[in-house]
Amino acid sequence: MSVFASWEVARRAAASQWIVLGAFCALGGAFFKAQIVDNESNRRSSDKNHLRNVSLEPPRGDILDRHDSVIAGNYTGYSIRLLATSVDSLRAVLGRLDALVPGDTVDAETIVRRWQAARYQPALVYASASFSAVSTLEEHRVSIPGLVIQREPRRRYPDSNAVAHLVGYVGEVGPDALQRNLFPGAQSGEIVGKQGLELEYDSLLRGHRGIRFVEVDVKQRMIRDAPSTASLPPTAGKIVRTTIDLNLQRFVDSMWRAEPYLTNKRGAIVAMTPDGQILAYASFPSYNPNDFIGRIDQDTWDAVNNDPNKPLINRVIRAAYPPASPFKLAIAAMALRRGYTMDSRMRDPCTGSYQYGNRQYKCWQAKGHGLLTLREAIAKSCDVFFYQLGQQLGADSILAAAHDLGFGERSGVDLDNEHAGTLLSSAKAYVNSKGVSTWGNGEVLNLAIGQGHHTETLMNMVSFYAALAGDGIKRTPRIIQGRAPIQTHDFKLTPNQLKDLRLAMEDVVNQGTATGNLAGEVGLKEYHIAGKTGSAQVTGQEQMGWFIAFAPADAPKIVVGIAVEEGIHGALVAKYPVRTIVRFLTGKSVKADFGTVTEDLQHTASDTGAPVVTPPAVKRP
Amino acid sequence: MLLLVVLLLTAFGLLILYSTGQTDLVGRIRGSWLAQPQWLWVKQLIYLVIGIGLAAAMYRMSFRLLEWATPWLYGLSLAMLALTLVIGHGAGAAKSEKSWIGFGGVNVQPVEFAKLATILMLARWFAARREPPLTLRGLLQPIMIALIPALLVLKQPDLGSAIVFAGILFGVMYWAAVPVSLLVFLASPVLSLVLSFSTAAWSIWMVILFLLLLYWRPFFLEGIAVYLANSAMGVLALVVWARMQEHVRSRIISFLNPSAYSQAGGFQAVESRVAIGSGGWFGTGLTLGPQKRSGYIPERATDFIFAVVGEELGLLGVLVALGLFVALLFALVRIARQASDPYASLIVFGVASLVFTHVFENVGMTISIMPITGIPLPFFSAGGSFLMALAIGLGMSFRAAEEGRAASYVES
Repeated sequence: MSVFASWEVARRAAASQWIVLGAFCALGGAFFKAQIVDNESNRRSSDKNHLRNVSLEPPRGDILDRHDSVIAGNYTGYSIRLLATSVDSLRAVLGRLDALVPGDTVDAETIVRRWQAARYQPALVYASASFSAVSTLEEHRVSIPGLVIQREPRRRYPDSNAVAHLVGYVGEVGPDALQRNLFPGAQSGEIVGKQGLELEYDSLLRGHRGIRFVEVDVKQRMIRDAPSTASLPPTAGKIVRTTIDLNLQRFVDSMWRAEPYLTNKRGAIVAMTPDGQILAYASFPSYNPNDFIGRIDQDTWDAVNNDPNKPLINRVIRAAYPPASPFKLAIAAMALRRGYTMDSRMRDPCTGSYQYGNRQYKCWQAKGHGLLTLREAIAKSCDVFFYQLGQQLGADSILAAAHDLGFGERSGVDLDNEHAGTLLSSAKAYVNSKGVSTWGNGEVLNLAIGQGHHTETLMNMVSFYAALAGDGIKRTPRIIQGRAPIQTHDFKLTPNQLKDLRLAMEDVVNQGTATGNLAGEVGLKEYHIAGKTGSAQVTGQEQMGWFIAFAPADAPKIVVGIAVEEGIHGALVAKYPVRTIVRFLTGKSVKADFGTVTEDLQHTASDTGAPVVTPPAVKRP
Repeated sequence: MLLLVVLLLTAFGLLILYSTGQTDLVGRIRGSWLAQPQWLWVKQLIYLVIGIGLAAAMYRMSFRLLEWATPWLYGLSLAMLALTLVIGHGAGAAKSEKSWIGFGGVNVQPVEFAKLATILMLARWFAARREPPLTLRGLLQPIMIALIPALLVLKQPDLGSAIVFAGILFGVMYWAAVPVSLLVFLASPVLSLVLSFSTAAWSIWMVILFLLLLYWRPFFLEGIAVYLANSAMGVLALVVWARMQEHVRSRIISFLNPSAYSQAGGFQAVESRVAIGSGGWFGTGLTLGPQKRSGYIPERATDFIFAVVGEELGLLGVLVALGLFVALLFALVRIARQASDPYASLIVFGVASLVFTHVFENVGMTISIMPITGIPLPFFSAGGSFLMALAIGLGMSFRAAEEGRAASYVES
């Protein structure tokens, strides 16, 4: 057997051993390449595989009132997030989640989009899950790969509806807002302010996200916190202190909801100090901002959004109404600046109507007021007096002076999206889209009584009255504490002129248009309450009612204005600002006989100014 | 020497198998406690006891008896492979492959025993001849001996085992002194097939083949046949590719470019390489590898167990393991060299070829220098059938070593 002769075999054995050695050297070389040469990149890949960073949401800064009571605070909630390797596996797990936690319908598309925005981070599924949902999910953790449950600070508004339009609410930052960088520093999935103060001071309130590294397995199940990797704690947002008096805010809210007359009405009420610090700020109907945090369920949204009374509209700054009779104080101020005095009289006495051109312009009181001084005309809100005064001042002069007094523009309050009202600059500006002038000779009469082509927000009107109640300088109202007021308009009225106007407004309450309806109200005399009623015609609706008041008249501390849609007229709503004032000045609740409103509508309906000429319908929500 | 290496490898393997059970994965407990990953090493220990029994039995068995029984064993194993195709089922990593047969609750992979039977049959065929065949035609019978089981397992389909049959065939032929030129020619069509994916590489290969044919001067017709076969393979490759099964195709793609298919077939290759590569010189420490703990190493107890060695024990552990395998192979080659009769010698070299093919293919695939095929790593991978087959092969080797030693005393 020559082929198995020992030297032949030894040769083949040696050769085969060389082959083995060569092959294993090749293997060893490949391992050397992978383990030593490429060690760094492979180690990084390994880390990337099993380490995930989970963002830690910072507690949002509290929003406090002037006495440090909490308007917006936080509580500990649970967020549920999912880690996934692919869209398919994410969808599969979402399906299982949905089966485990019914009732909480998962909007799969949104979650898939969140996941696609940051694939190696857990996608938010429920921003605030109920405790029972969390326990159910914990029980089934094994069958839900990638489940990340975290305790997270959640926003809460303890006074819910009462502060809705003031604080607004928070929600997840939208893809559009992210793209346009409306919230600098915000990352996908982060909670930002959507409305109100939450939106206005978002950059202060938001804080900075922290990062926590967790180890996951191949199915993205969380194993533990990564021990070797430092986590970055979140930075809490800053506290925002406001000028709001939460007790007054609550009073205003409960008053509106308890008064049968107001309960189902739309409108707004705002209170501020003469230098513009907002004390209370409410729009009605309201909504519960707590419902809007995180994910609002469809039914609640539909209910709020489809409500014919449109509770989402912030009627303090987003609804503009004809200023009506409260504007007569602006006309009076213009007159005083032009040399008129409080004792000035017009040529024609009021006989219930006023002949101008070939038309009769009626006074709200058909029997007429007779010959009045300016002071009396303010108290009685005599339209005929102001028709004549308006004529004497002239249309362009009124328009220019109105702008000079801060009308037709934003008050500048520190809330987003304020409406600027409408007020043209001169008669020449009355041009429609076809280039034809819409100016009519009667327009000057309408302007003089706050009707015509002119609308204002409640905020701007109250801001004007605050200036009258103060030193005659209009300042931007503000809600945040510590911000210096910006003087926007100097009325250039002497202290005596201001005092005269206040006395006339005190007459409104004591012997004028509001007197009848304020009979029996507590504290009228004691606190020297002054105010002005108004009723504005709005097309297709009942007249809206204005009442803007301040007190004490000799040294005002608070200005309160109310605007009630379909409030019929100002005198009917006068008592509410009065009660608010009394409540603020006494520091305790006024016992209001909420159940016994016995208004004689026929009597009172003929009590306040109501021009015959219909103004252009301007109501911009 | 052989015994020491085998003991060390067995201990090393069990240690790593224990480590593969130590993970952070959570899952529902299915089946008995013995079926759980963390107790796999205990299960393997039970197989090991049986394996030692089998090895002892083989150690006692005469090669003459074995030679007599060889055709029967070979026939039985072919029948079993055929049966597998009919009643076989998949398991674990190879769910789509029909490679298992149930025997009263115990699942057996007939292919592992068929490998041994093929070694025996080839050894018997070559031992019966004074001279090895010197033509390709003369090699037709041994080729068929290996090709039939290879085709049967390819049908399962189990590409890895088919490659092992090729490794055994070439190993035994080489040890039986078949001229190297014939082996090259025999292997050339396969090489041509592989290279045909790159036109340039294939062209160069065809030129080299032409020169080799001129140099070695085989019979004229055979030379023509070899060249034609190579050409045909190059041309057929694309057709074969188009008809290939999806999972085989994706495996080949992922072998050629693992990172491009990280989500599909290449996932295993990439994660295995990442695990090994993150080990560095000394590894993360036994049981502590994060890739393994978090489940990123695929099939960590079976096909990719060597990735655990790489991750947890680093290059050092890898070199120790590879060194042990080299020592084992050297010891087997020495036994084959010193064996007293050709049949035993061929068997031992066949077992060495089997071990070599398994180790090179398995370890190579964990580091992406070989395509992914699901064949076990000797001494490491969990699994009874292969352990038994290995024990039988080693038992025969111990006897051959014993007989060789006895014969050398007589001679000297």
